[in-house]
Amino acid sequence: MTDLPVTGGPAGAGDTGVVRGLPVTATIPEGHVRMPDTGPPPAPPPDEPAGATSSRRGDRLFRWLVTGSGAFVVALIGAIGLFLLVQAIPSVLVDQDNFLLSRNFDTEDPANLRFGILDLLLVTVEVSVFALVLAMPVGLGIALFLTQYAPPRLARPFGYLIDVLAAVPSIIFGLWGILVLAPVLEPVAGWLQAHLGGFFLFAPGNSGIAGATVFTAGIVLAVMILPIITSITREVFERTPRTHVEAALALGATRWEVIRIAVLPFGRSGYISASMLGLGRALGETIALTIILAGVQTPFSGSLFDGGATFASKIALSFAELNNDLSAGAYIAAGLVLFVLTFAVNALARAVIARSGAVA
Amino acid sequence: MAKRLDLKDVDIYYGSFQAVDGVTLSIPPNSVTAFIGPSGCGKSTVLRALNRMHEVVPGARVEGEVLLDGEDIYAPNVDPVSVRRTIGMVFQRPNPFPTMSIRDNVVAGLKLQGVKNKKVLDEVAERSLRGANLWNEVKDRLNKPGGSLSGGQQQRLCIARAIAVQPEVLLMDEPCSALDPISTLAIEDLIANLKKQYTIVIVTHNMQQAARVSDQTAFFNLRATGEPGRLVEIGDTEKVFSTPTEKATEDYISGRFG
Ligand SMILES: Nc1ncnc2c1ncn2[C@@H]1O[C@H](COP(=O)(O)OP(=O)(O)O)[C@@H](O)[C@H]1O
Ligand SMILES: [Mg+2]
Repeated sequence: MTDLPVTGGPAGAGDTGVVRGLPVTATIPEGHVRMPDTGPPPAPPPDEPAGATSSRRGDRLFRWLVTGSGAFVVALIGAIGLFLLVQAIPSVLVDQDNFLLSRNFDTEDPANLRFGILDLLLVTVEVSVFALVLAMPVGLGIALFLTQYAPPRLARPFGYLIDVLAAVPSIIFGLWGILVLAPVLEPVAGWLQAHLGGFFLFAPGNSGIAGATVFTAGIVLAVMILPIITSITREVFERTPRTHVEAALALGATRWEVIRIAVLPFGRSGYISASMLGLGRALGETIALTIILAGVQTPFSGSLFDGGATFASKIALSFAELNNDLSAGAYIAAGLVLFVLTFAVNALARAVIARSGAVA
Repeated sequence: MAKRLDLKDVDIYYGSFQAVDGVTLSIPPNSVTAFIGPSGCGKSTVLRALNRMHEVVPGARVEGEVLLDGEDIYAPNVDPVSVRRTIGMVFQRPNPFPTMSIRDNVVAGLKLQGVKNKKVLDEVAERSLRGANLWNEVKDRLNKPGGSLSGGQQQRLCIARAIAVQPEVLLMDEPCSALDPISTLAIEDLIANLKKQYTIVIVTHNMQQAARVSDQTAFFNLRATGEPGRLVEIGDTEKVFSTPTEKATEDYISGRFG
């Protein structure tokens, strides 16, 4: 997980190249076959046909190999999905509440399941979007600083530092959030509630534990997704064609104007998809949120100062204690919804990349 | 509007590597000056020193004086941004901003200078596109992206963009080398017209082109590989091509060149 997002963007772009490249290499052996056919074999050196055959065999082997591993992955994902569905459906069928609209998640008694995902969905989306809103401008700023303003001597170590942030385990972030950050944020939270409490986001919340709120969790999440956003965005900005930059400079653009008319238009779609990847990461983040968010009995009010649980933290908290398939199925069903949500965000990111690729 | 340029003993460096040594030359207003010479001899480098584009390469620097109507563009109180607004540039490869419309490409420089009035911008766009001989081809699709044009059209779009800000000098670095012969002719015609309003410096390694479009020709050469490039001779184009004073020039333009 640590450095996967960093390579995600470029690898995604490279993937299509590999796929596109395959048919091309696949046609080469055909050419080899046909060429000797057209004319009578003019006594070729004895080892040449042998070499061609073995390379052709290697080619076929390689094709089986890649096709096989591709099929394997698809089958694996299909099997996992099927397993989850088979586990989840019976529980959803016996659910006494509305699965989509209920705010309860009561799975104590397998004979009387009452669960719905509404609060989980709201908390998950609010904490992730809040994190994204914080991380996007900061990530953009850092990427611009590193590529456009920082002297190279400073940019490299600074860039490494950001990448190192991606390697910090989630649990460390969780502990840091609740033990260090939460107390620091207390006065800020108090001020927001006192002055902007009329607005639902800043209304006093239901979290019984100081700082164990969506607010703290969102800020920690923002720090966690910052490296993804920053490093992909930085890479995209670095690839701004020299010719665009020089075109802007030659028109008398200042440094900021070069950014505005050359760097940002070129890198915008990369930045957006980087942010989407960050959002995907935030949606699925588990352990840090499990540590930070206070468990609560009252429904989620939408306030940043509520406690609660996300899909992932709910499952992590409860799953170990389950002793029957029906109760477990309730959590699996919730997990499936999270999967669909994450999948949708990723699909959106891909759509953005694909569309911008068509323009460029 | 057109101004003269004088270079006095200009040395140009990339870090510790000296690319150009001791160039002194004068470029009169409303003239076309061609820079010719084998590749690597510093033509582009000298050209880019004329509007302070050279220094955007990290570690690059210029020594000596470059005077625009007598004022040193490298004086400490001169802002390179304002120099580049006065001395426009067209590059070897057409480089319109790909996501901007044709119209927005043309007026990009004006917008940078803070002009917002739509009517003014539209007028300038039309005048510049006419000036670049492109208006008739694009007037019905001004809102299409600049990248949708052919290579020759894109290069004329870049010329329109450069003249939209009414520079005093226009620098062109092999503007036709990526173009087909027809587009090349279109641009050569254009240069002859632009001379009325601007001072033009063009790098070319097409000798016929230099002979066709320029009033004076400067021949650059390397004394030896690894040595800095230098100006061998400069003079009226006719004279340089018919009776060059230097043997090296004669060898180069007659194609007898190692
Ligand atoms: N960005 C750069 N960094 C370092 N050296 C460069 C750079 N651009 C050009 N040079 C060197 O400067 C010399 C002159 O190059 P250039 O002006 O591009 O030649 P020309 O345009 O006449 O072909 C060459 O030796 C070239 O290698
Ligand atoms: Mg050159």
